[in-house]
Amino acid sequence: MSSSEDDEEEVRVPLSQRQEWSDVEPIPQDDGPDPVVSIAYTDEFRETMDYFRAVFAADERSTRALELTAEVIDLNAGNYTVWHFRRLILESLQSDLQEEIKFIELVANKATYKNYQIWHHRRWVAEKLGTIATTSELQFTQKVLCLDAKNYHAWSHRQWALQALGGWENELEYCRELLEVDIFNNSAWNQRYFVITKSPFLGGLQAMRDSEVSFCTNAITKNPDNESPWRYLRGLYKGNNEAFVNDPAISKVCICVLEKNRNCVFALSLLLDLLCYGFQPTPDLNRILSTWGFSGSDQKYANFVCLILEKVDPMRARYWIWRRDSLPSHIC
Amino acid sequence: MDFPSATATQQQQLHVERRVEHIFEALVNVTPGGQSVILELWRDKHIDYLLQGFRRLAPSYCVLDANRSWLCYWILNSIALLGQSIDADHGQHTVDFLCRCQDPNGGYGGGPGQMPHLATTYAAVNSLVTIGGQTALASVNREKMLQFLLRMKDPSGGFRMHDAGEMDVRGCYTAIAVASMLKILVPSLVHNVANYIVSCQTYEGGIAGEPGAEAHGGYTFCGLATLVLINEAHRLDLPSLLDWVVFRQGRVEGGFQGRTNKLVDGCYSFWQGGVFPLFQRLTDLVQQQFSMSYIKSDQWDANSKQECITESAKSVIEENNAQQLHAIETGFIDEESSSTVTAENIFPAIDCFRKTSLHIETVEEDPAGRSRSMNDNMPGVGDSGLSFLDKDIKCGPLFNTHALQGYILLCSQVLDGGLRDKPGKSRDHYHTCYCLSGLSTAQYSWSCRTGTPPSPSAVLGPYTNLLDPVHPLYNVVLERYYDANRYFSNL
Repeated sequence: MSSSEDDEEEVRVPLSQRQEWSDVEPIPQDDGPDPVVSIAYTDEFRETMDYFRAVFAADERSTRALELTAEVIDLNAGNYTVWHFRRLILESLQSDLQEEIKFIELVANKATYKNYQIWHHRRWVAEKLGTIATTSELQFTQKVLCLDAKNYHAWSHRQWALQALGGWENELEYCRELLEVDIFNNSAWNQRYFVITKSPFLGGLQAMRDSEVSFCTNAITKNPDNESPWRYLRGLYKGNNEAFVNDPAISKVCICVLEKNRNCVFALSLLLDLLCYGFQPTPDLNRILSTWGFSGSDQKYANFVCLILEKVDPMRARYWIWRRDSLPSHIC
Repeated sequence: MDFPSATATQQQQLHVERRVEHIFEALVNVTPGGQSVILELWRDKHIDYLLQGFRRLAPSYCVLDANRSWLCYWILNSIALLGQSIDADHGQHTVDFLCRCQDPNGGYGGGPGQMPHLATTYAAVNSLVTIGGQTALASVNREKMLQFLLRMKDPSGGFRMHDAGEMDVRGCYTAIAVASMLKILVPSLVHNVANYIVSCQTYEGGIAGEPGAEAHGGYTFCGLATLVLINEAHRLDLPSLLDWVVFRQGRVEGGFQGRTNKLVDGCYSFWQGGVFPLFQRLTDLVQQQFSMSYIKSDQWDANSKQECITESAKSVIEENNAQQLHAIETGFIDEESSSTVTAENIFPAIDCFRKTSLHIETVEEDPAGRSRSMNDNMPGVGDSGLSFLDKDIKCGPLFNTHALQGYILLCSQVLDGGLRDKPGKSRDHYHTCYCLSGLSTAQYSWSCRTGTPPSPSAVLGPYTNLLDPVHPLYNVVLERYYDANRYFSNL
């Protein structure tokens, strides 16, 4: 890639020396007599922007204007005004949008994938292309996520593509693959939640709940220090605390983890929530808490778990104190 | 110790943790006097860096050419946080410059002649408020601004960032914050905003940029602050939001990560840390939601009578808790050894204050302070930005304020001035602004009234580290906010 870049550098002729631009009067930036935060622009940057300002002011929607926007974007892919003007030109010229897709990939390769403008532009193009873009959008985001598995824009784009264009069939499998590579990848967990709640093929959260609880508790058992599946597990029962407490798999994974590591903050914190939602203490729980000096008789479970959390999770001690202070007296 | 089987996330996390531990070791190995030196905020260096950027930026900043209004805000807010201000000439130059960024049809672009954009509009208005004075404040065309904001409004309730631009929670925050600051917050702007933001709260508890996306620190602050500004914070699931955000503070680093299982980054000192001052003013609401989510007393077979706890009963409970805590501590074996140099070990969250109480120390009322804001609060005009400051703060912060200050001072400061994401990264104006905003937030978290100076124990390092307080919703220095609020109220 670097050699082709060098070639481009070599052949670049200043706009002022290009015959096709001889009729255009460049417009300098109106920075005033005493500019602040002024940037020491390179000559190339300044000149390109001056010509851009001229075509933008004249609202010139021509092929050469389209090419000029590419030059500006090459110098600063964050210039939202240029991207916007480029869309106006593309519409006026009724340009081939498949070519535009290629252009975006070039820009994205060179600049950065962490840029609102590129992704917004991509969404605009894909929306115009419609369902024929389904595969290309899923492949493009997959490529970006290969390089940076948590790229926020790429995930948003992928979710938009799935909802607007389709292509849900293999998405759960894709999430599974990503989690197999890195079970700590919270973006993949989030995508998994998105799929099981939104996919038209899976029947929704209710239908998926049991198998997801099993997938999730497995992940917890293998890596109790991984916060992602703990949050996911709560998410599976969002808005339905009663069912949450009554699913034996939930308390079981909590107890199992605490049997091996009674300091596990995520397990203790879930246990606290369960107690608050009405979970009835079991002999297993009594046994674990007794190792902390819990006698059961006149002590309250939730209160005691808060005290343990204050000790084992000192970073959040103030939060656990607050939770303890907020416990209503009827909770056991 | 190496972890060959560790995933990419674990390896990156361990790498950062080791680096941070190494820096913290320097702190524990010196005398208390030396600690005070190590924990110093390098004010002069930061000011030099900021002023230099204010005057001139290197060619590498060409890629930020559409963010010059932001650069103004990041630099001016940082300088203001450091208790200084630019001189009158420079203030005037900034007003002139921002006027050139103002679109004839309302709103501000990232530079002269650029399209108006909601984010750069927010940055420009906050810059002008920070400069202060009649010329700066009068330079905003409020009528056109309202038209611009209404043009950006989407039927879904959200806002597009610019004409036909992208829509996300940033749009809601920047539009509503600007409208609220300028007193042009009309019902048609507010319509459906809460629905949009609520639809972005995820199963994790935090708020995402768009519905379905991942909970994220930046969007979480933006979403919550917006809802406070329009009096609809109760629409969110606040307990789950709180539970998510408290877990974003790293046990080893002390700083905040932006998302679950991501690396610490200094800028989240404000985006995540800034959520806590909001919660301190919403505690009644949070407690109410908490108890709603708990099992009801009538669903509870035994013990269903709700007793009223007397003072003497309370002290018995406290006594019991102290005994149980003692038992837990005696039986506590820390497998990972509490001697490791982590933020949670060297910056205890509670020991420097009262052991088990969350009560915030009350200080003498400053009648002038209270009346200043009360007088401006015109009856009948709902100004949440102002009235929020007068809300009672009933409890201390629910995060470790010292650990956050420790991360910012030790890991984010750059020797030549400016602040950064994390060790190994370069400084920039964005991180300088949000690290300092987060530092200020942490320092003032122990004030029982907005903006009253905290006790020395609340400030990590020498007391001269104390920054100016910011408005917790707009992130502009509080004094300048009051001036602007008075100005726009009297128009």
